[in-house]
Amino acid sequence: MKYYDKLIFELSKEGRCGYSLPVNKFPAAPEVPLALRRESPLPLPQVAEPDVVRHYTNLSQMNFGVDTGFYPLGSCTMKYNPKINEEMAALPGFAGLHPLMHAGLTKGALKVYQEMNKALSAITGMYTFTFDPCAGAHGELTGLMIMRTYHLQRGDYGRTKVIVPDSAHGTNPASAAVCGLEVVEVKSLENGRIDVEALKPLLDNTVAGIMMTNPNTLGLFETQIEEIAALVHGVGGLLYYDGANMNALMGVVRPGDMGFDIMHLNLHKTFSTPHGGGGPGSGPVGVAKHLEDCIPDLRVSGFHGNFAVILRAYAYILSLGKDHLQKVGQYAVLGANYIKECLKDKYILPIEGVCKHEFVFDGLINDGAREGVPGATTLDVAKRLLDYGFHAPTIYFPLLFHQALMIEPTETESKETLDAFIEVMRKIADEAAEDPNILHEAPHNTPISRPDETTAARNPILKYQDTL
Amino acid sequence: MAQLSYLPHTEADVQAMLEHVGVNRLEDLFSDVPARFLHKGAYALPDALSEQEIRDYFASLEAMNARLKVFVGQGAYDHYTPSVIPYLCSRSEFLTAYTPYQCEISQGTLRYIFEYQSMLCALTGLDVSNASLYDGPTAAAEAMRMAIACTRKKTRVLLSATLLPHVIKVVQTYAKFYGVEIGLVQADGGQTSLEALKAELAKDDVAGVIVPSVNRYGIIEDLTGFADAVHAQKAILIEYCDPSALAVVKTPAEWGADVAVGDGQSLGLPLSYGGPYVGFMTVKKEHMRKMPGRIVGQTVDKDGRRVFVLTLQAREQHIKREKATSNICSNESLMALWVTIYLSLMGPEGLKEVNRISTDGAHYLKAELLKTGKFEDVFPDKPFLKEFVLKPKQFPGLMQKKLEEAGFFAALDTEEGYVSFCVTEKRSKEEIDRLVTIVKEG
Repeated sequence: MKYYDKLIFELSKEGRCGYSLPVNKFPAAPEVPLALRRESPLPLPQVAEPDVVRHYTNLSQMNFGVDTGFYPLGSCTMKYNPKINEEMAALPGFAGLHPLMHAGLTKGALKVYQEMNKALSAITGMYTFTFDPCAGAHGELTGLMIMRTYHLQRGDYGRTKVIVPDSAHGTNPASAAVCGLEVVEVKSLENGRIDVEALKPLLDNTVAGIMMTNPNTLGLFETQIEEIAALVHGVGGLLYYDGANMNALMGVVRPGDMGFDIMHLNLHKTFSTPHGGGGPGSGPVGVAKHLEDCIPDLRVSGFHGNFAVILRAYAYILSLGKDHLQKVGQYAVLGANYIKECLKDKYILPIEGVCKHEFVFDGLINDGAREGVPGATTLDVAKRLLDYGFHAPTIYFPLLFHQALMIEPTETESKETLDAFIEVMRKIADEAAEDPNILHEAPHNTPISRPDETTAARNPILKYQDTL
Repeated sequence: MAQLSYLPHTEADVQAMLEHVGVNRLEDLFSDVPARFLHKGAYALPDALSEQEIRDYFASLEAMNARLKVFVGQGAYDHYTPSVIPYLCSRSEFLTAYTPYQCEISQGTLRYIFEYQSMLCALTGLDVSNASLYDGPTAAAEAMRMAIACTRKKTRVLLSATLLPHVIKVVQTYAKFYGVEIGLVQADGGQTSLEALKAELAKDDVAGVIVPSVNRYGIIEDLTGFADAVHAQKAILIEYCDPSALAVVKTPAEWGADVAVGDGQSLGLPLSYGGPYVGFMTVKKEHMRKMPGRIVGQTVDKDGRRVFVLTLQAREQHIKREKATSNICSNESLMALWVTIYLSLMGPEGLKEVNRISTDGAHYLKAELLKTGKFEDVFPDKPFLKEFVLKPKQFPGLMQKKLEEAGFFAALDTEEGYVSFCVTEKRSKEEIDRLVTIVKEG
């Protein structure tokens, strides 16, 4: 990776042209009336095509992707993104479909939705899916709307609360708030699972439901799920499954069989579609049979969701088939346990035992702290990893541990890659013990060094025009 | 069954790792799962397909779809995509990266988002842009919630009845659950009525008003007096825009709007049956900290170099949880890159030229259609760009069918009983003449 300093605006020169448009053969239409016409200048760059290509190629070379190297970002499931899927999503017969074409013109697209619905239902044990949500958090919001619709349709108007574990993804409580629900937090036990005794007094007829991730964000299976389901259902509440961690259970356990009524999937995690630097994703929501009627009135996105993402995920499912599905969950879990076992003598493992697709360390066992030199933190470890050519794990999440370092390897990484990562993690731990300053000052080998984030927030410069 | 090439595990690898973990079999890794939840037998899925078989199967699905020349807009516009865009967007350093949490190895993503933000501010004239939202309608829904957050104690948001139907529906859905009352401001002659708006505003409970820039009939709205009326009630004015058209029509800033939202799809994104598209939002500076979504800012690194970071994160769900400005986590980053490259290539002149060709084509089509005598011009004096509606004198079903058979997707039915047309720079004069001939013969 090399540092490149330009912004596209800085390549601009009056009169340069990067477009190729047909000659206008139409008679001139009337001008836009003066009162409705844009008067201010339009400060877009004026650049030629080669400038554009070189500029964005240079930008891309300051980026790290799954194709660049190992990306053990916990809860994000950075698995390999198959290339055939990209080609299939770009086929002109799909890319050229207008979203308002009637069913008679879009039979192929509708067949994709039907078959995806069947496949996802089979994989998850849900009854049917809606594909409108564009991302995981969007799926959560849609799922909670379904939850509320279910209660309202039954004339049950008093259910205003949703229970969320303290280990939950930040989107869970945020989605609940956007859906007009009050968030009630339930604590976790020392062993990282939901405290069922703490849950019991929270349950009454004001509870719309509970949102759970299973395995949870510590990568631990919620072993008391059966009891939790019975308790929540017992007071008339519903169980929502946050599918962010579904990769652990692919081909092994189905959320529907564990008693979940509503769930979302992140096609950009579990189903291999590329994250694109933060989207586009797709967050289809599945429901059990008794909630089927709660979906139809919900219009949560413009048209039919992120169709081109759904196409990619479908190509992936066809490549897995029933034959390979189980390997996804098994290998994802194997890789996580392997890394955990190989590093737990160097990093604090707060909860022993078998994990699922990810696990959390709570910082270094020996952070090297000494007189006048603070110990190396999780942030330091993360930054040092960048020097060695790995993406960092998710850090400071979940909030249960102060030095959380959340590692998720996925099933598409070889033993050699995992071994190389383990070796580097051990080396970093040794460096910390010896001289934590090496870590404090990391990264050393990246295109830029640590940024001044405080100034960025205090004096925001949010567009090129602000710099002039 | 076909092999799966995405899993690098050999049997020896698996055995070695299992040994290290201290279990005998892969199944033992799930010993913490109650046995009754472990799935038994095969899943109800098809057999695994090879790459060639996937290719063939998708070709068969693709062939089931109609391949028509698109003469319809209504929120999804068939503008031309320069080759450079998919070429650059498929670079795996962009495509296979995650949200730029580790800025030291994500400067590519952070820089193009900064450029995207700059370009959206240039188009709308407003001060601050976020890093993108899901699509136009959800951006409008986020703006609705933002209006409530910006104006405490007010409970109602007004939507112009001339907004695109899908925008109204999505905002209504969000509002229903968030507990916001939605009022519709009626139109007069195909344009949002200022009188009707003032009457609604007089009730003193309005937090915000969403009006279109170019509306569902394709008409350029005259928003003279809107900002004053809305601000007099301490509400905020939100404008829903087609960003492509902002090259030629008055900007949200020029109209005095506080917030601009819309769908970036018209900036060269493929139709793709509705997605992925990209929602945008720009705001006046005073509303910056109430904005949903990610925001990229410029700063310096330890060595004094100009660098870019995610900033103002105290608004976001991973910090604030239920008190965040929104639940949004990912944006539509790759589509923001798509738009950024599009606007880089087009520049100010290219974008104006796209509007000119589209507008000239649409005016030509409308004039030719009216000559057939089969339509009534519902809004004869209203200015429009690439999109317009007509009232068919007869039930349009047969005409639509004939157009489809001839390879055209055109004359889309609207809720009002009109038919809607749209012309982009991709439509040639020959195609338009042919379309008109079919209508004439039908």
